[in-house]
Amino acid sequence: MAALMQNEVFQVALWAMVKVGIILGVMLGVVSYLIYAERKICGHIQARTGPNRVGPLGLLQPIADVGKLLFKEEFTPAGANKIIFHIAPILAVFPAIVTFSVIPMGPPPMFVVTDINVGLLLFLAMSSLGVYGITLGGWSSNNKYALLGGLRSSAQMISYELAMGLSTIPVLLRSGTLSLSGIVDSQGGAYQIGGTTLPLPNWGIFHWYLVLPFFIFLICSFAETNRAPFDLPEAEGELVAGFHTEYSSMKWALFFLGEYMNMIVICSIIVTLFLGGWHGPGPAILGIVWYLLKLFALLFFFIWVRWTYPRLRYDQLMGFGWKVLLPASIANVVIAAVWLYWRANA
Amino acid sequence: MVPYLFLGFAGLLIATALMVVLHKNPVTSALFLVLSFTSLAGIYLLLQAEFIGMVQIIVYAGAIMVLFLFVIMYLNLQHDVEKGAQIAVRRGIGWMVGALMLLFAGLIVRNGGFSPGPVQAVPPSLEGGNAQAIGRVLYSRFLFPFEITSILLLVAMVGAIVMIKGRPAADGAEGEKE
Repeated sequence: MAALMQNEVFQVALWAMVKVGIILGVMLGVVSYLIYAERKICGHIQARTGPNRVGPLGLLQPIADVGKLLFKEEFTPAGANKIIFHIAPILAVFPAIVTFSVIPMGPPPMFVVTDINVGLLLFLAMSSLGVYGITLGGWSSNNKYALLGGLRSSAQMISYELAMGLSTIPVLLRSGTLSLSGIVDSQGGAYQIGGTTLPLPNWGIFHWYLVLPFFIFLICSFAETNRAPFDLPEAEGELVAGFHTEYSSMKWALFFLGEYMNMIVICSIIVTLFLGGWHGPGPAILGIVWYLLKLFALLFFFIWVRWTYPRLRYDQLMGFGWKVLLPASIANVVIAAVWLYWRANA
Repeated sequence: MVPYLFLGFAGLLIATALMVVLHKNPVTSALFLVLSFTSLAGIYLLLQAEFIGMVQIIVYAGAIMVLFLFVIMYLNLQHDVEKGAQIAVRRGIGWMVGALMLLFAGLIVRNGGFSPGPVQAVPPSLEGGNAQAIGRVLYSRFLFPFEITSILLLVAMVGAIVMIKGRPAADGAEGEKE
């Protein structure tokens, strides 16, 4: 046993496992209180109080909700493809958890599980696998509303993935690396322009050629997480409840969990790419605090948008993705590349 | 550690690839194909080709197979459309081609073209890993093939649009919608 503890590979694996355990536990806790926050904020936006009966300020509401979901009846519709019907909720959750392994939550190596040099590609790969959970859930339910919701979501996510991937390219051009820790490192220090130091942090968003990609990425992340104003896969006015119409009990809860985990992951990626990651005033150890502050601000923004904007029509959604966001992000790639090349060689 | 992981991924790859061909339900077949693509990505990762591994998942498992699945779900293929004789002929051709491929592969291995055993991965010495290495090679030595490929893709895209737009008037209205 002592020899095993000395083994370097074993140590790395053990630490990774411990971090994964912590992240999973914290994520589940954050997700349940994110749902509470969403209900509370939406309540106040609609001039009511939101949950306030279970515990002080309704703080025990998430526990009551999970308890209710666990004890509900599990229902599988007749004619459903049983195996795929069971696998789909798992597929909705796992990409989000995997992506969290590469997000730098503070100064490395303590606050990042693993720093691979294709971290951003891992995020894109996992977000493209995230389509399967919803599509298969919709198809395997043997319900036409669920199928329509699933097909809509796959079309929507594929369309917006393109603009999302392209809007990250200017960030990569600036940092010169695909590693998320490397991208965060490139945003440290003070903002300098032609030798003069400005009283601004060196975050991506403060560079003019990254402003448009920031907004494109933000809009695409609403579409990728299937949230309003792009929540067409579950448009209840026309599709009952969309892809998860036939799901009940914990399987439905897994879809819910997946949606909120995806939200946390995509907000973390926005923080990493455009908002300086864990950089902020004070010593480096405070990095995790800054990261969490930025993350929660973005999550609040997501909730705010969901409860204040109406849903788009389906053709508007597709037209906006393909005819506005995609050309804009391509043009921005060209402009950013020319500018960076000119500045490096001028 | 790496040999065991390789055995795991390779076993998964072969098993899922077989299931793609052998399973009756087209949607399940497509899903097994996704699994086999991801296990192939795992093998790329073991060979320290992390860029190729990730692109494999993004392009094949994430984009192409989703569209495949999309089409299969739309068509709702429940039973075989072709008749018994057609299937028999197709199966016969499949078996013959498969046997020939196996024969050639066996001959190549036997003549020492590929030596069985662990492969030593050679990671590029560049700081940015093989994403940077591939980029350098792609934009210097293979610039011409790279540009030709992009023109080919552009032609394919224009072709797809023309095929949708260029229908006769009766169908044209339907094509215009998208």
